[in-house]
Amino acid sequence: MIRAMPRWSAMLALSLCATVALAATDVPDDPLDSSQWRYMKRQYFPDAKVVFDDRVKVVAPDYAEDSLATPVQVSADGLDGVERVLVIADLSPINPVLDYFPVAAKPSIGFSFKIQQATPIRAAMQTADGTWHVGGAWVDAQGGGCTAPSVGNSSAIWQSRLGEVSGRLWAAADAGEPGQRLKLRVVHPMDTGLAAGIPAFYIRDITISDFEGRTLARLAPDEPVSENPVFALDLDHDGPVTVEGRDNNGNTFSAVIPAPAS
Amino acid sequence: MRCLPTLLVALVCMAALSQTATAAAAYYDLQPTEVADDTYVFFGAQENFSRDNHGAISNTGFIVTGDGVVVIDTGPSRLYGQAMRTAIARVTDQPVVQVYITHAHPDHFLGNNAFEDVSIGALPGTIDTIRGIGPDLASNLYALVGAAMRGTTSVTPDTTIEAGSTVTFGSHTLELIGERGHTPADLMVFDRTTGVLFAGDIAFHDRAPTTPTADIDVWKQSLADATAIDFRTLVPGHGPATNDDVPLQQTGAYLDWLANRFTEAAGRGASAAEVMFEPLPPRWAELAVEPGEYRRSVSHLYPALELDSLGAPSS
Repeated sequence: MIRAMPRWSAMLALSLCATVALAATDVPDDPLDSSQWRYMKRQYFPDAKVVFDDRVKVVAPDYAEDSLATPVQVSADGLDGVERVLVIADLSPINPVLDYFPVAAKPSIGFSFKIQQATPIRAAMQTADGTWHVGGAWVDAQGGGCTAPSVGNSSAIWQSRLGEVSGRLWAAADAGEPGQRLKLRVVHPMDTGLAAGIPAFYIRDITISDFEGRTLARLAPDEPVSENPVFALDLDHDGPVTVEGRDNNGNTFSAVIPAPAS
Repeated sequence: MRCLPTLLVALVCMAALSQTATAAAAYYDLQPTEVADDTYVFFGAQENFSRDNHGAISNTGFIVTGDGVVVIDTGPSRLYGQAMRTAIARVTDQPVVQVYITHAHPDHFLGNNAFEDVSIGALPGTIDTIRGIGPDLASNLYALVGAAMRGTTSVTPDTTIEAGSTVTFGSHTLELIGERGHTPADLMVFDRTTGVLFAGDIAFHDRAPTTPTADIDVWKQSLADATAIDFRTLVPGHGPATNDDVPLQQTGAYLDWLANRFTEAAGRGASAAEVMFEPLPPRWAELAVEPGEYRRSVSHLYPALELDSLGAPSS
């Protein structure tokens, strides 16, 4: 019965969208066949050129084993000049999942998110000419991930560990290639605000810089990113990095991640 | 006139019974396979839960002891449990006298509804889990399986088993062995009379082991314990019965591989989704329910290993 709901809401959305569809003739047909797509296009990419691009890969399981942490890996081999990566879920009470600016990094990111019901999860990558290149995948789910209280909310432990950062750098997988894989984990409840009596409380901004203060990558998570999030980024940079971040309550955190032992 | 109410009650009862049997038969065609003297198994589909298999994916069994029938696991639903009783009654007119639940996973105990007139025994840890999250497991299975679940509620076993105890029913002496690892409490039933070991989900055969509540190191110890038992027939929780220890070896080798794969991937910085979509070696790719079960295992086991790989938090 729980899984019948997405279809019901999808049908409702379909009827609402029917009138919009007539007006927006320049929107390409959605390969994922989501009733929400035209609305998403209008909401997130107004007046911009949008193309579905097979180079933009979103890898996620077809069924979410854990509604509180569905792994996803976004990448775009062969697509150059990506300035921004917007990850969105069509059928979610909170559509934006994460906004990523790979300043000196590949347009790839791995993380986990909370899933409320079966939904397309999409990555839209904006290149310098303003065009959005979109790829995505459907994830089916038992659901409920966004409306459940975080584990941290009911535990006193995280309060003393809030903003605690663990991280590690690895030399690029291909020997001789420049760049590093960065993994970062921050202790944070990432409350969505959709569990009764628990306000939204989540990381708003994470900036990765080199020791000269140059920004390598900037990350703006939204509420659906999982509790105690782990991010995997692919930096062009070699050597140690600094991490600085803040949440929507003004708490800040920072860390230095040493270069990989060679 | 005195006969009429009795007759009515009898008719109503017969109608209700046949309706139950019909409903159960509509979803479950349970044919017992005799794996040893007095010992029968209903083999489940080597699949994940679906609306097509109605949740009948695990092995359940029974022993006709001469002094009543002992049932091992009750399947995924009330109707499955009822179908078991109908099928058992076709084999013997001995009544069911005891049920044992191997562990607190929904495909193994949610048929308890059909056995509420009988003592249902389980290890203390199994009873605690069913009492705590049984209703959640039932509602999850409703969502996955659908109408075949109707009338199913979580029934907590009423009899606590002491691990290591021995019981006798008729001509059969049963050893009740407490293990752990697949879940925090895994019961194996060893019939000393026939040499049949009901290993529960400590053993999987030609089907990927499931890991939502697994502790691999502990599970490996339980597999070693099972291997040391002098059994003649092994009934795994999923997959065909054997007269050798192949299911135990296979389960152990798979768990070793899984742990090594995840540790190695975490050590090179792979993200969870990347690990999920790395191909399986042929030996494991051909197991039933792969690569789906492997991907589920990433969700169960990878986050802790990934965190370990990051080392101590920076201060």
